[in-house]
Amino acid sequence: MKTYADVFSGLKRAALIPFFVIGDPGYDAGLAIVKDAIDAGADILELGISFSDPIADGPTIQKADIRAAKAGMNMQKALRFIREIKDYRDIPIGLLIYYNLIYQYPAEKFFADAAKAGVNSVLIADMTINDADEVTHMAKQAGLDTVFMVTPNTSDSRIKEITERITGFVYTVSVLGVTGSRDRLSSTVGDLIARIKAVTNIPVCVGFGISSPDHAKTVAQAGADGVIIGSKIVSMIEKNLDNPQKAREDISGFIKQLRKALEE
Amino acid sequence: MKYPGRYGPYGGFYVPEVLIPVLEELEEAFYNFYQDKRFIKDLQLLNRDYAGRPTPLYHASRLSEHLGCQLLLKREDLLHGGAHKVNNCLGQALLAKYMKKTKLIAETGAGQHGLATAMIGALFGMETKIFMGAVDVERQSVNVHKMKLCGAQVIPVEGGTGTLKDAINEALRYWTANVSDTFYLFGTAAGPHPYPTIVRHFQSVIGTEARQQCLEQTDRLPDKVIACIGGGSNAIGIFSGFVDDRQVELIGVEAGGEGLTAGKHAATLVAGRVGILHGVKSYLLQNSEGQIAETESISAGLDYPGVGPEHCQLKDSGRAKYVALEDEKVLDAFELLCRCEGILPALESSHALAWLMQQKEKFQKDQLIILNLSGRGDKDVGIVEKYRKL
Ligand SMILES: Cc1ncc(COP(=O)(O)O)c(C=O)c1O
Repeated sequence: MKTYADVFSGLKRAALIPFFVIGDPGYDAGLAIVKDAIDAGADILELGISFSDPIADGPTIQKADIRAAKAGMNMQKALRFIREIKDYRDIPIGLLIYYNLIYQYPAEKFFADAAKAGVNSVLIADMTINDADEVTHMAKQAGLDTVFMVTPNTSDSRIKEITERITGFVYTVSVLGVTGSRDRLSSTVGDLIARIKAVTNIPVCVGFGISSPDHAKTVAQAGADGVIIGSKIVSMIEKNLDNPQKAREDISGFIKQLRKALEE
Repeated sequence: MKYPGRYGPYGGFYVPEVLIPVLEELEEAFYNFYQDKRFIKDLQLLNRDYAGRPTPLYHASRLSEHLGCQLLLKREDLLHGGAHKVNNCLGQALLAKYMKKTKLIAETGAGQHGLATAMIGALFGMETKIFMGAVDVERQSVNVHKMKLCGAQVIPVEGGTGTLKDAINEALRYWTANVSDTFYLFGTAAGPHPYPTIVRHFQSVIGTEARQQCLEQTDRLPDKVIACIGGGSNAIGIFSGFVDDRQVELIGVEAGGEGLTAGKHAATLVAGRVGILHGVKSYLLQNSEGQIAETESISAGLDYPGVGPEHCQLKDSGRAKYVALEDEKVLDAFELLCRCEGILPALESSHALAWLMQQKEKFQKDQLIILNLSGRGDKDVGIVEKYRKL
């Protein structure tokens, strides 16, 4: 199984990491979109599991969560979705999930099943290094990489503490705020990347608010090892609910543009 | 964080990384100021002259006669704003002022916490935003108008079920993007550490007063102390005064809605399972996968699928007992207090009264019971009218 390290060491450019909510707008339609995204040039996938109360997400991903839930998504189906993707292509997958879903599964079985399905890491949106001891040993046991977030208001000393616990990549949040596409890139993102790079050699991937090929390029030039694009892509599903074929084409086209921008 | 913020296995701060620095700042400020002489003095004056403390401990003699016990009502309904919420709001807003924050945000269900925050936002000259579920905006429209009159911006939250939990989601999201100048004035004894501790502290004035008044007026401690439970702030406030008096029975009453078997209720401690929501590990109403349940209650203030961590611990240890009462019985209790004593209770507080009515036959005449009348029912008159007509 391909690891994050395999991807980052094999690339001379920043990795392209699109985000999807699993099963949005439905199981089959969602699967087709993600497969297209892989064909269009995604290096790693970031996949979210629908939750009723996603406090770290803006309106676009909230609505995607609701669409997936309404279409009948649940944990068993989500894991099957991941297995189907892995059968299609050996591409690293990071899961983004809220803690209660793991806790109820329950946790130990969750990490084992996620690993078995082909997941490389599990980022828990509402868990920081302060409480991570509850689950990190289970993730390790299952052979998963660890990923935590760093945000613009994280102090240098805490960045050090956080990155010491990461084996996958640093999920760097470019803005203060929740997920959502933004017209302009945060002016402080370069500084944040530099602060992280000053204390660690672990790959730094930047997400939240990256909405255009230009943004992606700028972030890559500022030293990011990967760019994560979520809401902008998910909004293309929302815009084309009556025309699934158009959603696939739009997303595919957008990912190709992003890839080109990163290759320039 | 300096402290783990745990009540047994419950509590903690399960939040996105971006909130850690602000929660740390809040924890530090709280522990710096809550025992500070000037802070205590400022808060005492505000509690006395602005909120109207102390509130009476009133012997409801006609209702006592009816129930066959001695009932003392802790009259939080007489506070400015009409509910216990002002205790917490004055404390936290003062903390915000000491922290030099200029803006307040809050979530609200019944609108009582939103109103208390709006009032104090006006008092302190702070820009105030209140997040409120769209359904609640509808059913508590009087409070919405009052908040606006105090200059607050009321933001209806459409997502989810349009109730308190969605308002909290949205307030947390807003806070995430505005951490530097905005103070999140959390309304109940739940949420991430340090909120359960902070809210308990500022509401403990209820229990401290009630215990002292009870001893002064009756020369003894009560046999039972009863309060309604939404997130648990008014209950933990009054329980805190008696929790060390082992002989005093503590009873929390949750919203039974249309009935526990119907699955339409908000009886988190009675019927929930441990999980994580809004930054805290506690009992929760949820489905088998961990998706949070839609709750139902006639009272917007109890319509919440979570509960404060200290109540979870009190339940597990058996120190407090938790029960749930259904909407129908709550309406009966509401009407009973109106007719017996000429006091209109909030539908939230009426839950506690409904439990007393249910226990009626079991009391001895000299049994002394304190009920925390957490708020007044003016806001609910329209709802009662509607339900009773149906
Ligand atoms: C009058 C009154 N009582 C009780 C509550 C429930 O909250 P808590 O359990 O935090 O006291 C509310 C909440 O809005 C309320 O307005």
